[in-house]
Amino acid sequence: MGETTWKSIKSLLPFLAAAATLAIAYVLPDSSLHPEAERPYFLIVLIGICVLAGALFLAGFFFPVLQTHYSGKAPFYTGVICFLCVLNILTVKTARLPVLYFPSLDRIFGVLIEDAAFIGKCLLYSLRLLVTGWVSGATVGILTGVAIGFNRHARYWIYPLVRVLGPIPSTAWIPLVLVSFPTVVSASAFLIALAVWFPTTVLTSSGIASIQNSYFEAAATLGASNRYTILRVGVPAAMPHMFIGLFNGTTSSFITLVTAEMLGAKYGIGWYINWQKDMMSYANVYAGLIVMSITCYCFITLLFRLRDRVLVWQKGVIKW
Amino acid sequence: MVGGISISNVEKRFTNPQGETITALSGIDLQIRAGSFVSLIGPSGCGKSTLLRLIAGLIHPDSGAVSLDGDRITKPGSDRGFMFQEHTLFPWLNIYENVAFGLRARGIYRERAKDVHEIIELVELSGFEKYYPHQLSGGMCQRASLARALVGRPKVLLLDEPLGALDAFTRMNMQDEILRIWSESNMTMVMVTHDVDEAIYLSDQIVVMTPRPGRVTKIVDVGFSRPRARSSEDFLHCRGKVLQLLDFGGTVQEPDYYL
Repeated sequence: MGETTWKSIKSLLPFLAAAATLAIAYVLPDSSLHPEAERPYFLIVLIGICVLAGALFLAGFFFPVLQTHYSGKAPFYTGVICFLCVLNILTVKTARLPVLYFPSLDRIFGVLIEDAAFIGKCLLYSLRLLVTGWVSGATVGILTGVAIGFNRHARYWIYPLVRVLGPIPSTAWIPLVLVSFPTVVSASAFLIALAVWFPTTVLTSSGIASIQNSYFEAAATLGASNRYTILRVGVPAAMPHMFIGLFNGTTSSFITLVTAEMLGAKYGIGWYINWQKDMMSYANVYAGLIVMSITCYCFITLLFRLRDRVLVWQKGVIKW
Repeated sequence: MVGGISISNVEKRFTNPQGETITALSGIDLQIRAGSFVSLIGPSGCGKSTLLRLIAGLIHPDSGAVSLDGDRITKPGSDRGFMFQEHTLFPWLNIYENVAFGLRARGIYRERAKDVHEIIELVELSGFEKYYPHQLSGGMCQRASLARALVGRPKVLLLDEPLGALDAFTRMNMQDEILRIWSESNMTMVMVTHDVDEAIYLSDQIVVMTPRPGRVTKIVDVGFSRPRARSSEDFLHCRGKVLQLLDFGGTVQEPDYYL
């Protein structure tokens, strides 16, 4: 069998899986235990997937590059579709999973579509909090790290403070933060900043500490001043560590975000999930989780893109 | 002529991790003529790199003084270029930016920007300006490192075993390159090496040093003219002399028994 034939067979798999899932979802009767959705959203989504998968399969014959790329990913997409199919059977078709906690896919997709405006608003509130907190935490973190890394006095006075205060989970500060900040938003942003600040500071200063001395010596023999050396040698050399710090900070900022939004926020995706959980509407909880995971995924991807751009010189030096 | 180095009665001590004081250099007196090529040679621990770093101003003597053209050396400066054993190119800058680093740091890049291209051409790296250090071979990186040290037009170039990590052929090529650059400029060059052939091939004078504490044993004048054939009689004679001073002359041993 030729390689091209093999590739086109693989490209067909997602379409076949989607069509089979669609057939099962359409033919099998729904369990009476599940409340009915407004519209058969899952079927609509499946039809969309069928059309897309079919189009990609056909386009592969005209664009070989696309086919190569798509056929590589096709088994994974097929797996995802099969998972949805199994989930659909276990929930709405047979009610094997507890009905209250595992709502039908129809209803989850339904929430995503019908509640889109409200979820979008929550998302914007969360993003505002996340971005404000993250940017200030990262900025202060890098500055603190550079100060500790290069200044003896800063190291003497600030570093013990970082070591003592840093490891405390930022959410543990809630009782103190709530009384010391004028608004809930500023308090929450501060907590997120704190979560980003600690790992960024520690890894920036450790990055500076582990720079080979010969780089500084080379800069000195080339006539560079102290300030120039810090900015043009110290900071770029510590950049790989800095990014690891930012990455760790980002993941803990997500945790802090959800907790911070319990502090009496009016909107926010973390608040939404908690609120819907209290209302026992698990379809909304899942919809919120999906939106949240997509957001975090995008955030991390953005950070990785930035890293690849800034650390282009590292390719081949360090494998990620 | 500028670039004369005077080292008078220098002593340098270090404290090792066990807390003991070690005398790395003791009673060093050395005059290096402006525009000459001098090699420092000796076994490891003889303080040859320490002496070079003292001239660079990267470290300071415990007593005595090192001066360049009569001015005492207190800190590193762009009048003394330094080429390290490892290339120490900044991995986050491409070759062009690495070479231009010194000019930018001193705020004279605008006036001297064309020097960067000229010097890259001089070390035969044209076309590799946009490459990052990890994309080049060890020899090419050392060329770039040489260019970076030269671009600021130093009076003195200090070379700390820069060719030690290169293979034999690349190394001989680089020796010719360094010799060419030296003869086309009026720079003073001081090179640390533990390769006797390299020292003879390049230098006007070879400073032979011995360890514990680091001292200058003898200064050998390499009298004969360049280019020097590595297999000529003068060369071999000089080689024998230096090896003898380093205690590697060898003795003709009588065999235990004859067949």
